[in-house]
Amino acid sequence: MSILVIAEHDNNQLKSATANTVAAAQKLSALMGSSVDLAVLGQDCQSVVTQASSVEGIDNVLVADSAAVAHQLPENLAPFLADLVQQKAITHVLFCSTAQGKNVAPRVAALLDVAQISEVTDIIDEATFIRPTYAGNALAKVKTSDPIKVLTIRSTAFDGVDMTSGAASVVALSDVKDQELSRFITESVVESDRPELTSARVVISGGRGMQNGENFSLLESVADKIGAAVGASRAAVDAGYVSNDMQVGQTGKIVAPDLYIAVGISGAIQHLAGMKESKVIVAINNDEEAPIFNVADLSLHADLFEALPELEKTL
Amino acid sequence: MQREQMEFDVVIVGAGPAGLSTACRLMQQANEAGKELSICVVEKGAEVGAHILSGAIIEPRALNELFPNWEELGAPLSVPVTEDQIYFLRDSEKSIKVSNIMTPKSMHNHGNYIASVGNLCRWLAEQAENLGVEIFPGFAADRIVYGEDGRVAGISTGDMGLDSEGKPKANYMAGMDLLAKYTIFSEGCRGHLGKELIAKFDLDDGVDPQHYGLGIKELWEIPNELHQPGLVLHGTGWPLSDSASTGGFFLYHTDNNQIVVGLITDLNYSNPHVSPYDEFQRMKHHPLISKYLSGGKRISYGARAIAKGGLNSLPKMTMPGALLLGCDAGTLNFSKIKGTHTAMKSGILAADVLFPELISQGNGGLDLVQYKEVFKQSWLHDELFKSRNFGAALHKYGTLVGGALNVIEQNIVSFPFTLHDTAPDYACLKPADECKSINYPKPDGLLSFDKPSSVFLSNTYHEEDQPCHLKLKDGDVPLSNNLPVFNEPAQRYCPAGVYEVLDDGNGAKRFQINSQNCVHCKTCDIKDPAQNITWTVPEGAGGPSYPNM
Amino acid sequence: MKVLVAVKRVVDASVQVRVKADKTAVDLANVKMSMNPFCEIAVEEAIRLKESGIAEEVIVVSAGEDACQEQLRAGLALGADRAIHIQSDAELQPLAVAKLLHKVVDQENIGLVILGKQSIDGDNNQTGQMLAALAGMPQGTFASNVVIENGEAVVTREVDGGLQQIGLKLPAVVTTDLRLNEPRYASLPNIMKAKRKPVAQITAEELGVDVAPRLSTLEVNDPPARASGKRVGSVVELIDALKVEGVL
Ligand SMILES: Cc1cc2nc3c(=O)[nH]c(=O)nc-3n(C[C@H](O)[C@H](O)[C@H](O)COP(=O)(O)OP(=O)(O)OC[C@H]3O[C@@H](n4cnc5c(N)ncnc54)[C@H](O)[C@@H]3O)c2cc1C
Ligand code: SF4
Repeated sequence: MSILVIAEHDNNQLKSATANTVAAAQKLSALMGSSVDLAVLGQDCQSVVTQASSVEGIDNVLVADSAAVAHQLPENLAPFLADLVQQKAITHVLFCSTAQGKNVAPRVAALLDVAQISEVTDIIDEATFIRPTYAGNALAKVKTSDPIKVLTIRSTAFDGVDMTSGAASVVALSDVKDQELSRFITESVVESDRPELTSARVVISGGRGMQNGENFSLLESVADKIGAAVGASRAAVDAGYVSNDMQVGQTGKIVAPDLYIAVGISGAIQHLAGMKESKVIVAINNDEEAPIFNVADLSLHADLFEALPELEKTL
Repeated sequence: MQREQMEFDVVIVGAGPAGLSTACRLMQQANEAGKELSICVVEKGAEVGAHILSGAIIEPRALNELFPNWEELGAPLSVPVTEDQIYFLRDSEKSIKVSNIMTPKSMHNHGNYIASVGNLCRWLAEQAENLGVEIFPGFAADRIVYGEDGRVAGISTGDMGLDSEGKPKANYMAGMDLLAKYTIFSEGCRGHLGKELIAKFDLDDGVDPQHYGLGIKELWEIPNELHQPGLVLHGTGWPLSDSASTGGFFLYHTDNNQIVVGLITDLNYSNPHVSPYDEFQRMKHHPLISKYLSGGKRISYGARAIAKGGLNSLPKMTMPGALLLGCDAGTLNFSKIKGTHTAMKSGILAADVLFPELISQGNGGLDLVQYKEVFKQSWLHDELFKSRNFGAALHKYGTLVGGALNVIEQNIVSFPFTLHDTAPDYACLKPADECKSINYPKPDGLLSFDKPSSVFLSNTYHEEDQPCHLKLKDGDVPLSNNLPVFNEPAQRYCPAGVYEVLDDGNGAKRFQINSQNCVHCKTCDIKDPAQNITWTVPEGAGGPSYPNM
Repeated sequence: MKVLVAVKRVVDASVQVRVKADKTAVDLANVKMSMNPFCEIAVEEAIRLKESGIAEEVIVVSAGEDACQEQLRAGLALGADRAIHIQSDAELQPLAVAKLLHKVVDQENIGLVILGKQSIDGDNNQTGQMLAALAGMPQGTFASNVVIENGEAVVTREVDGGLQQIGLKLPAVVTTDLRLNEPRYASLPNIMKAKRKPVAQITAEELGVDVAPRLSTLEVNDPPARASGKRVGSVVELIDALKVEGVL
């Protein structure tokens, strides 16, 4: 029995989501008493390998440095990983629940003729997992009967392990074959002054309490300071303060940032439906009774027109 | 612009009990006679039943006539009423159980079933489709199409894919004209096309104004040990009595450990501070009700107006090329608070009158006045005649005296006179400063809830970027007249929080219409004191999506 | 080129689902069911390919109980040419669906398969990738743009923080993301016509696929309610607390 984590990286940097997935792997390893290896598949990714070997709790870093996986093309990655899993008698393969992980994990599972379990938020035993369904409105406890478990791990559900204290050995793997089914053309990072709402690490949203569209500039200046995206409640959109692509909620965008700051938002259930999965929720509101305070991790009962400028200054 | 057209023998607006019964009965007759009929039903809900909200206790009389083998066919009437209880709530704590002889016969429910009318309609729609009826959910009848001679020639479905300014978006699809020999309007209470027809053809000439109630209802899942399938509670008194308003509550134990609980507030209330929503929320804290709800979980919410004027307010139901049926006309029997069997019967009768016309090779378009006679000969008329004084008596004499008159009339003797109630509901409001203000308790989040969380459970959804379907004849009235005189009652009578008066941040007020919250109950169209709000259909499929309501 | 679009019957997006009291599943009694929104986008993309002359035929396929014919008819009403219903009353998990689709892909000699990236009930986000693996095809998941040129599908993918463009040899599998297109409405005459079009039926057994579920659901629970946290007295206190949480 052994556990393999697939590292998320861009050939230069090991992505922090890997640390969360390793944390999940360690929870498994504690249950099963087995080792945890970390696979780095990429091209010219030596710096990633170095970072990977310092991730806490990793036994071996398995490295395949090949042109065929320079861009993580799943057509090339999946057969290689499926072989590796079988060769090394790996029982658990863990991916990050990122665009990359979700792209590859099912392809590996299908080649192994096993189910894949998506967005795991908790591990009960070596075959039993918790995962959200229905957009997080129902948590399913599922048990797999397959010998090999291919999982994607939701990073917000596991606190990342330390990425500097490990000392894993590095093991080189064979070359990855190009299946010649697909080719990489380009990649473009969306350039914008502010991160996109749905992928931002921090979101600051305004509601009807902002009173008008101009006042949203108060939010924007805070957002600029901390690299946050700016959102809004439906009430603010309906009142015409901002455009509806900024709407967070049941009928707007669903966000789950590390930090969500709700300013002048009452916290109607329709809004909560769009942000309740955020890791930390901050509410700034002058209405003591606002329902947003019932779900906020940190509540500041204050006038937002005083609090926002102060926030901008102090940050 | 010439719109695309399609022609049918019959177009039916609204897949409720009335419309679907008409469709089924017509097709049954056509199939028996070996004739072909094309019948098209348009329904604004995203599916049949999505917009239906009822109690409901169902009297199976009309269903027996339409599908004598309904049990075999799996009609969703599975919980017979086992016990009837009637209460008078004296205050927030006390209640009196009214003995059976003291209650009007119409409130006795032996032989009836507790069911969801939405589910009944889903089932009726299946039967209709099996019989050959075309049903189109998600298509709203937006306008009436008139022939050159002024007859009703059909309806027009609404455009899809307009933005909030009314300009076509990329996925714009123009509506269509659906033309028919006869068009059936069965939109339910306060249909927006029915309203137009009543005015255009003077259908209400010589009858009392229609009267309405607003029914707000919730579905709860309760602990098994508190659940008594078949138990029925009705009652009146508190909390509406606090503001001298009238109405009544219902609480039915259905199956699957579920109960429905609701409050119908008569919309002739005079105190503009009244909020039917908050009345219902506080009512649930009464020990008689809370004993069932505590420990339970609310699973659905909705609201719908009810037309309760009965025979006295029933308009003429025919006009050239069309019939107005069910609650769209006002066939509900308010003494029983039952309108399903009467709506169905009105549809069955319509089919009986229509069928010979349809196969007679004519072009349709006639005013089928013979409907009146057939109606008069039916049990439907008998039933509505017997209870014609019920609502008016309650309105005139209040729940106690009026209630007593009803007991006497229905159980003992029939009065030779008719009581009339001629003040329309919207005209009953008194200025706010002449009325006692009401301090509703804050919802506790266990038994009572705020409006947004309630609307959430109605699964209401409207395409975001579309024209507002709640039209103000005069955009100034809410702030210039309704606010100073009545403290804009729309803020309170709307059970979905659609209307708000807000500070604009510069010391002035703004009237906000959150049309996306609208659960299509029609109360604003009824109760606005200035009759300034017109409810129209939003883009097809918009609105609540009620399961099991 | 023949385009195959897989569509799934799911609870309508407007419905607030509720976990049953006995925790075995969510309660779907009498709730509105619809075509999965991502599948609608897939159907739309296929129809656009047909309109632009690239696809000769669009086939919609759905696996499941009889009720899913309703969604197939919705696909026909939107403009698909044919529908195939793979009948099965079993609980179909992504791997089983991928195997069933693989059979259809082979039988029908499909040039491009378009699927939704995930269904809004199971939220698995697997079927397209699994089908691609089984069929040995390349995959373009989370597509926000698809161009067919020179025997290749050029797919723009929505990846974390940006867009990626890849070229896929045909035949290929594409899964749709929200921004790929805005689906049209079905017109009333087309819905009427779709009711009369035949839907081919085949069972999972006839396709020779073992659809037995690999995962069993032991329990379904409501997500834990968020508890209200700490009150902070000032902006400074707030910033300190955020630093402690490690989110600033
Ligand atoms: C709270 C409450 C409790 C009740 N309790 C009971 C009870 O216990 N027993 C009982 O028998 N009855 C009860 N009723 C009454 C019963 O629900 C109605 O009498 C009955 O549903 C009326 O049937 P209908 O077909 O006339 O109209 P509806 O049932 O209202 O159906 C009309 C249909 O038409 C559709 N429609 C409307 N306008 C358009 C349009 N323009 N285009 C397309 N579609 C349209 C609507 O979406 C709807 O589906 C109750 C009603 C309420 C509100
Ligand atoms: S806006 Fe009118 S019809 Fe809509 S829910 Fe409110 S009162 Fe009812």
